[in-house]
Amino acid sequence: MITNEHVNKVYKMGEIDLKVIKDLNLSIEHGEFVAIVGPSGSGKSTVLNLIGCLDKPTDGKITIEGIDVTLLNRTDLANFRGQNIGFIFQSFNLIPVLSVYENIEYPLIMIQNLPKEERHKRIMKLLEDVDMLDQKDKFPDQLSGGQRQRVAIARALVTNPKIVFADEPTANLDTDTSNQIITLMRNIQKEFNTTFIFATHDEKIVTAVDRIITLVDGVVTDDKRIVS
Amino acid sequence: MKNILKMSFRNLLRSGRRTILTASLITIGVMFVLIYAALSGSFKSYMISQVTDSMLGHIQIHKKGYIASVDNLPLDKNLNEKQIDKIKEFLDNSKLIESYTFRLKLSAMFSNYVASTGIRLNGIDPKNETTTLPLFASRVDAKDKTILKEGNILVPELIAKGMKVKKGDTIVLVATNQKGSVNGLNFKVSGSIEPISGPGGRDGYIHINDVKKLLRLKKVEVSEVVIRLKNVKNLEKMMIYLKPLTQMKNKKGKPVFEIHTWKKLTPFYNIVKMLDIMDISIKIILISIVLISVLNVMIMSVYERIKEIGTIAAMGTTPSTITKLFLTEGLMLGVFGTILGSILSYVFVFIINSVGITFSFGRQSDLTLNPILQINEVLIVGVIVIIISLVASISPARKAAKLNPVDALRQN
Repeated sequence: MITNEHVNKVYKMGEIDLKVIKDLNLSIEHGEFVAIVGPSGSGKSTVLNLIGCLDKPTDGKITIEGIDVTLLNRTDLANFRGQNIGFIFQSFNLIPVLSVYENIEYPLIMIQNLPKEERHKRIMKLLEDVDMLDQKDKFPDQLSGGQRQRVAIARALVTNPKIVFADEPTANLDTDTSNQIITLMRNIQKEFNTTFIFATHDEKIVTAVDRIITLVDGVVTDDKRIVS
Repeated sequence: MKNILKMSFRNLLRSGRRTILTASLITIGVMFVLIYAALSGSFKSYMISQVTDSMLGHIQIHKKGYIASVDNLPLDKNLNEKQIDKIKEFLDNSKLIESYTFRLKLSAMFSNYVASTGIRLNGIDPKNETTTLPLFASRVDAKDKTILKEGNILVPELIAKGMKVKKGDTIVLVATNQKGSVNGLNFKVSGSIEPISGPGGRDGYIHINDVKKLLRLKKVEVSEVVIRLKNVKNLEKMMIYLKPLTQMKNKKGKPVFEIHTWKKLTPFYNIVKMLDIMDISIKIILISIVLISVLNVMIMSVYERIKEIGTIAAMGTTPSTITKLFLTEGLMLGVFGTILGSILSYVFVFIINSVGITFSFGRQSDLTLNPILQINEVLIVGVIVIIISLVASISPARKAAKLNPVDALRQN
């Protein structure tokens, strides 16, 4: 479970203090499929960075799985992310020198340090789930956008994270591929009860999620649960 | 660690050309240093052995004050019988010594009955002289190089040419002894002796017994004791062993002996020191090459991969792991360069030895260089390069580790 209590984020732009997030109070339960929406510059990505433990709030408290992450140092935050959080990026951010298999393997080796057999089992299962088993030896530059995002999803999920943050995951994909990716994430959410939090403009995601949080100028203006 | 090595290796391959260029620079630098060290080492050891094995020996003992006035070859600063016995007692009890010899030196007039010139004479015991100075015989231009019979003289090449004397000629040596009495004796020229680098160009050799006759000495006298060690590495050890001799005082409370290593006795040692300074200078140039090239590559590597660093940091890679990744890349560049440079240096040295490079030094010519690449030199250069590669990578690696993931992910 994620809770935000009176979270503010201020960026210093020279002598001007730019308040990007204003008194954010939010709570997200396990297994939720949530979209944070809002116009450009509304603070969607900042919220994602804050609750994704990539950035620290100027003040306020963020608790994830009972841990006040605002109190953690850089190394502890990195370890916390490695154990609990997965990220899916708009431009996939795969490591170009590693193959599909190795990209997915990276967090298991460098972060979780799992034994080889366990790693192999998990990777093969995920490659099957994202339908990339036959592409496992290819390198990122040999894949299409949709294939790369599938690999990025597999990489985000391979550590069995409790939460996956996806910042505009379909922005660089065509409609069909976007729909496939959304379906894939939805299936994974259902299968593993993984929390998915999206920052997006994409209507296709908005129509697929269970909850839509609208952000305008750093303030939550609407928090709507959709009953399917 | 295996995975960090794998990642770093692949990252280096990513910019293959740049990696090859940097590793080549390091390779060339390593080769330059190692080949120079092998050549200068060969030159040094050749010249040192020439100086020590054909004239100076490793250590010399004189009466205190002799070296200060060595140009005059003073007869009043010779060692007397009692002092010689004391020295013998020390030398005979040392296991470090291969052999030693006594010399009685003087200035004299050399005459071929037509003209005369000054000569520095060394009265030697030929047997001990050739044992203590194994290359002495190689300087002698005579059929029988080992024996200098009484009544014979080995004339320095310079004087032999200038005075037009050749083997079999008779010459006259005229000397003044300590009491002011002048004496002259005939000697038969048994051959000429080549000069070596440094002083000694006018040094002729006669039997030590002939010096006694020429100077009409009634008692045993010696100007210098020349010592050869079994191993020249024991030079300092031997000097420590001989220290009690230097501390020995006469009735007036003044030191009796002075003891010097070959380093003090030849100006060639200054050339050795200069070569050593050049060796250090070249190593500093190598350090600069490695430092600048590795630093340059690593900084570029960090700037090119900011987004990637942000990605792996976001996934949970700790700052220390990111630091290790970049340090390993720099380290690998250094290791590749060192290994390749060392192998190529061995090949070059082998080629130089096969071809055979000759050089001239002073009055000597056709000296052949036999460069040897010492394993400790290779290790020292390797360690320097690897440490500098690591040092050059520290700043870029720290920069990468300190990157804020959010800022890094925003980069395109």
